[in-house]
Amino acid sequence: MPLLSAHQLSVSKRDRLLFDEINISVSAGDLMYIKGPNGAGKTSLLRVLTGLVNADSGSVAYRGQNIMQNRETYQSDLLYFGHALGINRSLNPLENLMYWCCQHNVMTTKNAIYDILSVLGLVGLEDVPVSNLSAGQQRRVALARFWLKTAATVWILDEPFTALDVQGIALLNTRIIEHLQQGGCVVMTSHQALDVDYPTKELQLEYRI
Amino acid sequence: MRIALKAIFARDLALAYRQRSELMQPMMFFILVISLFPLGIGPNPATLQKVGPGVIWVAAILSSLLGMERLFKDDYNDGSLEQIMLSATPLPFVALVKVFTHWLTSIVPLLLLSPLLALFLNLTEPMYWALLSTLLLGTPLLSLVGAIAVGLTLGLNRGGVLLALLLLPVFIPLLIFATAAVEAASLQLPYTAQLAIIGAMFLISLALAPFAIAYALRVSQN
Amino acid sequence: MWKWLHPYAKTQNAYQLCERLLPWFVISAFISFTVGMIWGLAFAPSDYQQGDSFRIIYIHVPSAILSMGAYSAMAISAFIGLVWQVRTAFMAMIALAPIGAVVTFIALFTGAAWGKPMWGTWWVWDARLTSELILLFLYLGVISLYASFEDKQQAGKAAGVMALVGVINLPIIHFSVEWWNTLHQGASITKFDKPSVAPEMLWPLLISILGLALVMGAIFIRRLQNEILRRELHRPWVQSLVTQTKRK
Repeated sequence: MPLLSAHQLSVSKRDRLLFDEINISVSAGDLMYIKGPNGAGKTSLLRVLTGLVNADSGSVAYRGQNIMQNRETYQSDLLYFGHALGINRSLNPLENLMYWCCQHNVMTTKNAIYDILSVLGLVGLEDVPVSNLSAGQQRRVALARFWLKTAATVWILDEPFTALDVQGIALLNTRIIEHLQQGGCVVMTSHQALDVDYPTKELQLEYRI
Repeated sequence: MRIALKAIFARDLALAYRQRSELMQPMMFFILVISLFPLGIGPNPATLQKVGPGVIWVAAILSSLLGMERLFKDDYNDGSLEQIMLSATPLPFVALVKVFTHWLTSIVPLLLLSPLLALFLNLTEPMYWALLSTLLLGTPLLSLVGAIAVGLTLGLNRGGVLLALLLLPVFIPLLIFATAAVEAASLQLPYTAQLAIIGAMFLISLALAPFAIAYALRVSQN
Repeated sequence: MWKWLHPYAKTQNAYQLCERLLPWFVISAFISFTVGMIWGLAFAPSDYQQGDSFRIIYIHVPSAILSMGAYSAMAISAFIGLVWQVRTAFMAMIALAPIGAVVTFIALFTGAAWGKPMWGTWWVWDARLTSELILLFLYLGVISLYASFEDKQQAGKAAGVMALVGVINLPIIHFSVEWWNTLHQGASITKFDKPSVAPEMLWPLLISILGLALVMGAIFIRRLQNEILRRELHRPWVQSLVTQTKRK
């Protein structure tokens, strides 16, 4: 049984049909790469897959169960990385991640977060307000979630490589492959060409009028 | 779920503390509006006493509207809201906790200021107690119902005036019952009936508003 | 039980239903509205206290009743839209809103105009006028909320929630205003006492109400069709409709 599947999805935005009757099936260990020009509905598709947005018709299922009826089970196994980072600018990285972990029922300690932040190259910035960090550093703070929520099997990533330097991209790539090898799945979009040594499934969305 | 809700509460409190200068502004506005009235209608103590309760309540509604947008706006803009919505915690509870924290940090200070204002407007002591009890029961209602409209207008860039347009008519019954209670107190009459009605309205909104807020927040994500 | 309604959730079917209903509404609205107005304004007996000025009730009462009716209809369509996720219901809601607002305004205006000979002033904070004024604010809130969104699907849902908040609040507002009014009423203002209406006045009144309701219905149907066309401009069925009409 696929981990995540979408059946006959149709989504319209501002009364414009973005795509219709899309079927997706992602199994454990699959990396699905969604391609398409700007405005084709990549972000909308991802948000429908997370359950944030309702599709006009069609359904999304996690382990064969509709995600709208089993929101809680699905969301405790889900990690979504969107355009907006979900990092508050007045709080420091440590606080941001601590609160995030509590909200998502992730058991963790301050020390664990310190370790992860140092892996991400943020040593010494743990208690500086996020507004003082650069765009790339802010994204790295948000990336820490991939190391924190280890229980998540489904990763949905919207342009995760934006504003990251070469080193950051390499770090994330390694983590993604590690996740896939542990039996997770990833659905992602990216404008950069994917530079991973892993077989990918591709889905092409077209821009419609 | 308890841990998650506690975390949301703690986070919002911490944020309120960091942004305390922003929280002060509606309070200053509250005092300013009320001090305008004696200047506008003359310092005659009897007149001030007559219009006092109405003035305080109108000012309280207006200044709570000013601070209302803070409730979800930052979380919406920086993506924290969608992260919260994607956690397994039921959204109505999250909404309730956030509204409560907001009430605690931005409305309770207004209540603490109210003795000063009662002094400004020459309210008698029974009138003050009536005013305080209507404010205690009525302002949570403002926050709960207000949060629905805040959720609905989240996706809009300039929601401020629209928020007032949507909410002011809805708050009219509260204004009427609250000022009537204070007026009754000024005549040494019992005002438990008015309080009971406000209390009933509060309970209804407590039961329904969290779901409406949750729905509004989901709509804002589309 | 409601199965027969399902096809009309589809915009295209709703559009065609409107197309079929419209002529009936226009004809019956024209007849009953004309009959009601002429009977009421010209032939019904004048009131022995108020003289001819009371004749404004043939406009005021229908518009006051239907302003509330239109709001309830709006709230019901909002409810249908929110619960069963029917797009057409939101379109119906927003097609109704401006009609309701205009009718509310008419009720307010005629109320004020009636107040001039009765109370000697255009505006008195009478309970009914005040409720009607607040109702107008509620309508304007829904309309401006809808207008603020660029994404009309989102707009429909948001305005729908607001319409429901309004409809829950409407009885409370009505009650509170009524109560506020008795509390503050000075001796100079007399309430409209409603004596039992003589049948020769009642009939034209009922026909006027029916007439106005049908007029509103006809306008609503046309507005709903326009809304459907505007929203579905790019759908094939609208395109083929356009080419068909051009050929004619």
